[in-house]
Amino acid sequence: MNDKFLHLENIEKVFPIPGKDPYVAVTDVNLNIKENEIVSIIGHSGCGKSTLLNMISGLDAQTNGNIFLEDKEVKGPGPERAVVFQNHSLLPWLSVYQNIEMAVKKVMPELSSQELRERVEKFISMVNLDQAKDKLPDEISGGMKQRVGIARALSIKPKILLMDEPFGALDSLTRANLQEHLMRIQEKVKNTVIIITHDIDEAVLLSDRVIMMTNGPSATIGEILEVNLPRPRDRVALQHNPEYIRCREAVLSFLYEKFAKEDE
Amino acid sequence: MKSEILKKLLLPIVVLFVIIQLWNGLAHIVENLPTPADTYVAAFGGVNSDGDELEGVLTDPFYVNNEDDKGLFWQVAESLKRVFGGFALAILIGVPFGLLIGMSKNAQYAFDPIIQILKPVSPLAWLPLFLLIFQDINFTAIATIFVTSIWPIIINTALGVKNVSEDYMNVAKVLRFTPMEQVFKIILPVAVPYMFTGMRLSLGIAWIVIVAAEMLTGGIGIGFWIWDEYNNLNYPNIIIGIIIVGVVGWILDMMMNQISNYFDYTNKGRA
Repeated sequence: MNDKFLHLENIEKVFPIPGKDPYVAVTDVNLNIKENEIVSIIGHSGCGKSTLLNMISGLDAQTNGNIFLEDKEVKGPGPERAVVFQNHSLLPWLSVYQNIEMAVKKVMPELSSQELRERVEKFISMVNLDQAKDKLPDEISGGMKQRVGIARALSIKPKILLMDEPFGALDSLTRANLQEHLMRIQEKVKNTVIIITHDIDEAVLLSDRVIMMTNGPSATIGEILEVNLPRPRDRVALQHNPEYIRCREAVLSFLYEKFAKEDE
Repeated sequence: MKSEILKKLLLPIVVLFVIIQLWNGLAHIVENLPTPADTYVAAFGGVNSDGDELEGVLTDPFYVNNEDDKGLFWQVAESLKRVFGGFALAILIGVPFGLLIGMSKNAQYAFDPIIQILKPVSPLAWLPLFLLIFQDINFTAIATIFVTSIWPIIINTALGVKNVSEDYMNVAKVLRFTPMEQVFKIILPVAVPYMFTGMRLSLGIAWIVIVAAEMLTGGIGIGFWIWDEYNNLNYPNIIIGIIIVGVVGWILDMMMNQISNYFDYTNKGRA
């Protein structure tokens, strides 16, 4: 297994502000992510966690530092780093099927029309949306849309899946449902995943490691927590698991004692 | 539900009846204003209040006596030809131009002041210039409609492009869409409903402008016909002309509405 599957080296992001000192959002971020590892990045709002993800996806460029994926430097966005956006970002004029088809078609132009259809349908089935495949995004629920977003991201066979607060806009029951979905899918496809979240339970439940960010400006990695829980994980059973409780408390104490954020 | 439809049919008829009564009253006070009865006779034939027997301009709208004497149908058809000519030209040039302005900040900076200055100019102000250039009333009318139609098309197309959400563009970036793919797969689907709003506006104004333009250019066309009937002292025909212009404009607008609904993805699956 490659320990430096994704390698971040001295990452810094500075936003120039006209007439004022530039704003240092993120600085001095060094991080290695293993292949097939699920990592969440947690922190208060404004800690630059989304900025960090955008730099990994290439949608935003870092001011300093380098990002390597499998020893190749990352420059600009690309399908090997698929993104699940917070607001699903499905194209509203395309059906569920067409949204995924568009992505697969572009990334795998070598597929025959038969293979293309099979691949699209496979990923629709993976997120249990066979019934809804001809529906438009506006005709399905928020949770279903996000599942389509996940299916679309996975369908292009990314090396790493980047999720930017993927369940942030959903109610807690739907959110739990989607977390289960994600864990089940992950059992099968074993992707490398980075999840940005502000939900402690979500971070501990889903991840192998939890990266905790200090507050901005000049946010950086404060602590890294290893979550030594076997998979598959059961959210109900975990409630009394000492390791789960230890992890939760570690994140809680980091966020609310060491780096508590006032006026929020 | 049923009474709703009934109301929609009956109420306008009541209003129409009241208007005709008012018009009738007014026609008896104002000299030269034709009465509704005389206007009807002028349209469909019969004997008018002066005792003259008339053919009626709508009894045979398809007649052709010679180049300068054609039925009402041909007058309207000629006006429509010019409107659609200028309108099509405006779409052909306005849509790509609007896309450019919507996508490029530099293009917007470059062209926006010029558009803002030219937009409020009455299209009729251009007419003498076109007459000078083309020395031909058909080209002049088409060019006038072109400058009428192009601004709403450019502005609305650019607006549509600006409404493409950052999120959709991020999806396109992650998938490494080429600029062409971005235009056809992301930008156009978002912008098309806006473009059609612009086209619908344009066509409406174009139909208004053509009547005035033809009064100035002369020759043939519904606008010229109305002016000609004034000069011929056929006053009831002016009112017939107005009604025809209104009905045709209404039909044009309904057509554009249908077409734009067809292309608007937000209407799909909901109706």
